[in-house]
Amino acid sequence: MTDTAIDIQNLDVWFGSGRDRSVAVSQARFAVEQGESFGIVGESGSGKSTILRAIAGLVPTWSGDMIVAGEALGPRRSKAFYRKVQMVFQDPYASLHPRQTVDRVLSEAMGLHGLTDIDSRIPRLMENVGLGPSFRFRFPHQLSGGQRQRVAIARALACSPQILLLDEPTSALDVSVQAEILNLLTDLRRDHGLTYIMVSHDLGVVGHLCERIAVMKQGRIVEVLDVETMRRLEAADPYTRQLLDSSIQSSRSV
Amino acid sequence: MSDPLLDVENLRVSFATRTGIIEAVRGISFTLGRERLGIVGESGSGKSMTGRAILRLIRPPGRVEADHITMHGEDILAASEARMRQLRGGRVSMIMQDPKFSLNPVMTVGQQLIDSLRAHEKLARSECRQRAIAMLDEVAIRDPERVMGLYPHEVSGGMGQRIMIAMMLLPGPEILIADEPTSALDVSVQLQVLDIMDQLVKNRGMGLIFISHDLNLVAKFCDRIAVMYAGRIVECCKASELHKAQHPYTLGLLNAVPDLEHPRPRLEVLQRDPAWREALSVSARS
Ligand SMILES: Nc1ncnc2c1ncn2[C@@H]1O[C@H](COP(=O)(O)OP(=O)(O)OP(=O)(O)O)[C@@H](O)[C@H]1O
Ligand SMILES: Nc1ncnc2c1ncn2[C@@H]1O[C@H](COP(=O)(O)OP(=O)(O)OP(=O)(O)O)[C@@H](O)[C@H]1O
Ligand SMILES: [Mg+2]
Ligand SMILES: [Mg+2]
Repeated sequence: MTDTAIDIQNLDVWFGSGRDRSVAVSQARFAVEQGESFGIVGESGSGKSTILRAIAGLVPTWSGDMIVAGEALGPRRSKAFYRKVQMVFQDPYASLHPRQTVDRVLSEAMGLHGLTDIDSRIPRLMENVGLGPSFRFRFPHQLSGGQRQRVAIARALACSPQILLLDEPTSALDVSVQAEILNLLTDLRRDHGLTYIMVSHDLGVVGHLCERIAVMKQGRIVEVLDVETMRRLEAADPYTRQLLDSSIQSSRSV
Repeated sequence: MSDPLLDVENLRVSFATRTGIIEAVRGISFTLGRERLGIVGESGSGKSMTGRAILRLIRPPGRVEADHITMHGEDILAASEARMRQLRGGRVSMIMQDPKFSLNPVMTVGQQLIDSLRAHEKLARSECRQRAIAMLDEVAIRDPERVMGLYPHEVSGGMGQRIMIAMMLLPGPEILIADEPTSALDVSVQLQVLDIMDQLVKNRGMGLIFISHDLNLVAKFCDRIAVMYAGRIVECCKASELHKAQHPYTLGLLNAVPDLEHPRPRLEVLQRDPAWREALSVSARS
């Protein structure tokens, strides 16, 4: 057992082939320690979600070396892998089955991984993400955008994973619910040593949860900096500086 | 003040479910002129349902009731379904909160942009194509020609959001309802997109309803703000006076924002008071 939870080397990800081939990620490398929280920020379309999807085994066309939760990753992921690694998708609507109630979504996620006392766990899990018992038997279309996102977060937490891949987990949430989710993530990490990779376009959110942050532009990681450096606005890369500038300006002037 | 573009009086939206009636919107009133009206409020407070109700996009078992909803004096509640189809996507457009879900998964982005423009204007296909590419470029999409040929599942979250925005802006609507239009965008792209909407309000006199959970953004971008809580409007103010907000819910929201420069170990969370649900709606008519 090592202390490195995630080790990514020379990761390339592409879509299509021949003339239609387009490269979404090139030569990404980073490592995340156990219990660490690693952020990815950057331009829209720069490959942030693609990196998470590649780790989760959702994009077949990649090359490089990925070691996650002690497993060297090949083309397929084992069932045990998904017990250890869960992902919250950027697009919660698309990731929930339209004909499954919240109850069904959560019990299947637990059942799949052999958990027991599902019936008593569900209300607790829902409460953790700020959903009252009245939501338990609703279908996705009967929920608001933020409520759906919270179901997706609850589903990822259902099997008590060690590693969470979080793709804009709070961008559909108002700040009060966002604060509750971020506090929950902080507590889980403290109490159970969870490891996170979080993608967000909100530097305030990333700075709150993450110790180190990768900045992406056009498929490449242009810089990895620690949060203190980011707070002091001491970025080396011009794109990072621009990102920091615009974000600071927009949060200051109110 | 001249006639408002939109006038909504005592709007209610409810859903009958197996376990009882859910009241999503509980009697709100507002007008929209040639201005930027922000609607903020917590998750589940009824923001999206308000937008959909105006476009009559709420399907049974959902029920919409109101004393009136008028658009340019035209009674929306009484309009035929054919008339509504004509209005939607033409004079009034809505940018949906789930952009990728609202796009047709089996049609390329380009086809959808072109079709939506042709549905409302008699233009040659090639001209529609030119305008679609130009609009994608305006919303800061890299390599718009390539993106025209992609299917919705092949675009990133932020690209999907901007494609939806481009599609809704193309026909030049008089009223635009934008539901969390920039939630997946980083600040610099966000500013570009807001700027386009701003131009339309200023130069073409469009009315904009801007739904968002981002208070700072709304305070900066909008003219007026209505704050929703549990299906009601609990506070309404000029955007420039948000810092004078009174309602404990609004104040709680302002305190919950994480700030890069001022880190805190824990974020403040809102202590919701059951009494807030009972308070009457305030009117957001101007
Ligand atoms: N299935 C696919 N087929 C073809 N291209 C794809 C596919 N999925 C993603 N891409 C492309 O890969 C690039 C990176 O997409 P990705 O979703 O990783 O961006 P992102 O950094 O997460 O952006 P955002 O902040 O907007 O969500 C984009 O140019 C996108 O069009
Ligand atoms: N089809 C439905 N059946 C039952 N309840 C519904 C249905 N659609 C929405 N609701 C409920 O109506 C309320 C208002 O929903 P709405 O989508 O307007 O919220 P919102 O303010 O847009 O929230 P968010 O910021 O999370 O998107 C929510 O509590 C939601 O659960
Ligand atoms: Mg993404
Ligand atoms: Mg909504």
